[in-house]
Amino acid sequence: MNVTFILLTLLIGAILTFVAGKKMALNVAVLTSLVALGLTAFNICEFQNGIDVSFQTQWMTKPNIWISLKADGLSLLMVTLTTFLTPLILLTAVGKDYKNPHKLFALVLFMAFAMTGTFLAEDGFVYYIFWELALIPIFFIALLWGSDTWEIRKAAIIKFFIYTFAGSLFMLIAFLYLYQKSGSFLLPNLAQISLTADEQTWIFLAFFLAYAIKLPIFPFHTWQANTYEKSPAIGTMLLSGIMLKMGVYSILRWQLPLTPQVDERVLNTVLVLCIIGIIYASLIALRETNLKRLLAYSSMAHVGLIAAGAYTFTQDGMQGAVVQMLAHGIVIVALFFLVEIIYKRYRTYEIKDLGGIRAHAIKFTSFFLIFLFASIGLPGTFSFIGEFTLLYSLSQIGWIYAILGGSTIIFGAYYMLKMFEDAILGKTNVKTFADLNSIEFLVLFVLAVAVIFFGIYPKPITDLLFFSI
Amino acid sequence: MNTLIALAGLAVLILVLEIINLRKTIVPLTILGLLAALGITFCDVQILSDNYNNMIVETNFSKMFSSLFIVITIFLVAMSQDFYKEQYEKISDYISLKIFLLIGAVCMISFGNLTMFFIGLEILSITLYILAGSNPTKIKSNEAGMKYFLLGSFASGFILFGIALIYGATASFDLNTISNAILNPETPNFLSLGVVLVTIGMLFKIAAFPFHFWAPDVYQGSPTITTASMSTLAKVAAMATLFKIHAIFESYISEAFTVLLICLAIVTMFVGNIMALKQDNIKRMLAYSGISHAGFMMIALFNTANATAELFYYAAAYSFASIAAFAIIIAVCKNYKDEKIKHFKGLGKQNPMMAAVLTMALLSMAGIPIFAGFFGKFFLFDSALQSGHLELVIFGVINSIISVYYYFKVINQMYSQEAISELPETNHSWIYKTVAVLAILLNIAMGLCPSSILNLF
Repeated sequence: MNVTFILLTLLIGAILTFVAGKKMALNVAVLTSLVALGLTAFNICEFQNGIDVSFQTQWMTKPNIWISLKADGLSLLMVTLTTFLTPLILLTAVGKDYKNPHKLFALVLFMAFAMTGTFLAEDGFVYYIFWELALIPIFFIALLWGSDTWEIRKAAIIKFFIYTFAGSLFMLIAFLYLYQKSGSFLLPNLAQISLTADEQTWIFLAFFLAYAIKLPIFPFHTWQANTYEKSPAIGTMLLSGIMLKMGVYSILRWQLPLTPQVDERVLNTVLVLCIIGIIYASLIALRETNLKRLLAYSSMAHVGLIAAGAYTFTQDGMQGAVVQMLAHGIVIVALFFLVEIIYKRYRTYEIKDLGGIRAHAIKFTSFFLIFLFASIGLPGTFSFIGEFTLLYSLSQIGWIYAILGGSTIIFGAYYMLKMFEDAILGKTNVKTFADLNSIEFLVLFVLAVAVIFFGIYPKPITDLLFFSI
Repeated sequence: MNTLIALAGLAVLILVLEIINLRKTIVPLTILGLLAALGITFCDVQILSDNYNNMIVETNFSKMFSSLFIVITIFLVAMSQDFYKEQYEKISDYISLKIFLLIGAVCMISFGNLTMFFIGLEILSITLYILAGSNPTKIKSNEAGMKYFLLGSFASGFILFGIALIYGATASFDLNTISNAILNPETPNFLSLGVVLVTIGMLFKIAAFPFHFWAPDVYQGSPTITTASMSTLAKVAAMATLFKIHAIFESYISEAFTVLLICLAIVTMFVGNIMALKQDNIKRMLAYSGISHAGFMMIALFNTANATAELFYYAAAYSFASIAAFAIIIAVCKNYKDEKIKHFKGLGKQNPMMAAVLTMALLSMAGIPIFAGFFGKFFLFDSALQSGHLELVIFGVINSIISVYYYFKVINQMYSQEAISELPETNHSWIYKTVAVLAILLNIAMGLCPSSILNLF
């Protein structure tokens, strides 16, 4: 039993979902994703018992390419995030009338497949293929099931596609260049070749372009808010919850190990860009009136901090990045789901049209508050651990970085609470707001348990992580 | 040589079949014949084994490309049955012309003597002139035939002039003698002039910048199936021939000329892609995209020692994707006067299968992973890096990004959700769907196991 089974389950599940037809699609999709989650858990158990769950076989001899799926702590954590969030994201679609649901859910599973592959691949070429494959389903999900008029949506989604595609091609050049030197795409072989500092800087920059667009880091972020806004709820959750994390993961797995001697000035510039992104996104979030866009910018601010932590090149920064990545994935999915629930009831994302929901829906409000606090990193939630470690790592580089980066928490608290006040509290709304139904409750409950449990007891995660580092 | 003889026999047989009133059997018999020819070529069956004074040299290179040409022709012939329904009395002419086209291509790829090369080139070109103008009722088709003929003759003239100069310098048409002569320092200088002229002629045939101006008009005006032949069979044949010629003279030509060719390759990519952005006619768009693909294939010229398999892979991937795309275009645009991209609006709803195939074909051309087009680009970039041409890779990547935009324009149209009620209900012939699906499956199969192709060399 090794990690290929997770991948195969998701791929076959995608096909089965498509075949199952409109009525059964959701059931099949949820079931498959749960099986994938079970398999992930099983693989983690085996891994912790010291059994190797990696998989390796040669794909091509010329060029020398291996289908190599390496499972270590970091990969398994990311796979867990994917397979944990996928069934929940699918469940958020219950009761929502999507056109052609079998196609939509098949695409969601296919995307989960591609993302899992990205997290597992150890061969640079295979990794690149999975990385690009993940782009195609989200393109169609956003294009076909998104909101707003066709023309506006199309423009936003095409922009997103071309941006990300462009970035990743430069990553491909970097891989090709490395391949010329080592004759293999396998990460251990690539890490062994000795490059001059100049070469490393160029390779660093090529990778950076791909990841900066994916995350996104200022000034490569212009696609993000529009894409998040126009995508259907499922697409937004996939994008923000998992796909962004592909970028952070890749920084930790590929970029930093391959370019340890990158030019100090370049690294500093990147750090400054991350910090600018944090402040810039926070400031925009302050002014946003659309819930989805507000969350998009808050997500950009948080991810900026994660990236900054990773680029500090310190042990703490990298660990903090991993922890915060998981926390952010869970929290942002929950927040987008809550916003989606509001949309289902009131048909709007505009804050000014909301308000006075608390009296109608006390369970909803409680969950909203939990995730809001988790988002701003209140002690006792998962995010606190991550953000604290990240800020600590920034302080090792320079106090000014930590202070500026820390502003995200202050800003975050301000705009999130303000949003909460305007959208949820206030005079009781004249329109009734039905409280959570059982499925919605279940999804939010599971997410809330995860956020609080790991906030109090993060040991399982750090244990698994240290297994690899 | 066996391939050539078999094909020539087949072409004549088709004409005979028309005479003895067996018009209905022409297409099936041709496909069978082509399959047999494919077997002969691919399995190296030697029925007649003479070397014919080194006129035709069969190498692995020529064998592989000939097989590819035959497969492409099978697809084209299969589509002809339905395509020429309105001119059914002329079908034997059209089919045999397609076989002659194939003969020209095979001749070009396996020449051992420059006369043979020129004969092959002329067979190919003249057939294409006829086919381009083969819709006499359409003014655009007439224009295409005429334009192609005039400009093509110039190119042939250049090539002939070049061959004459090469002959003057080396006193032979034979490739072996020539390759010995270029090592000899006493060979006159004007040999290089001959080489340049031949290269210019071939650049015209592959529609590389600055000899590309004919391509959009001719592609747009010709009947769609001829466009398909031109952009797959003829382009690949010319490209492979250019590669072969370049490989022979590579050690002789100067550094400056190589730099010039590199610049031409880069500009070709840019011109094709940038012009394609604004097109609203899909055939014209594919013509420009074909120009940029020629630019990509030119990357192989700068590493002739190692890029043979890579060039073949790219050419095959591009051809299969093109065949699939053109099959869908023929089926969709049959009921319209022109081939505007807006005719594809709502195809995703009306006929999801066809839309999916066209999407995959375009994704392959754009170079999205898992489709063979991506691996093709990847292998070419790899070969360019091997020979130290990083600039080609960077410009190639930038062009891949540009090309995504116009390929996705078509994909967007197909899945557009605007009102599509005015779409006429059409019964698309199953033959186009079959051809398209088979071609795209070949493309995906190549993408899944690329080494099966690369290891053939």
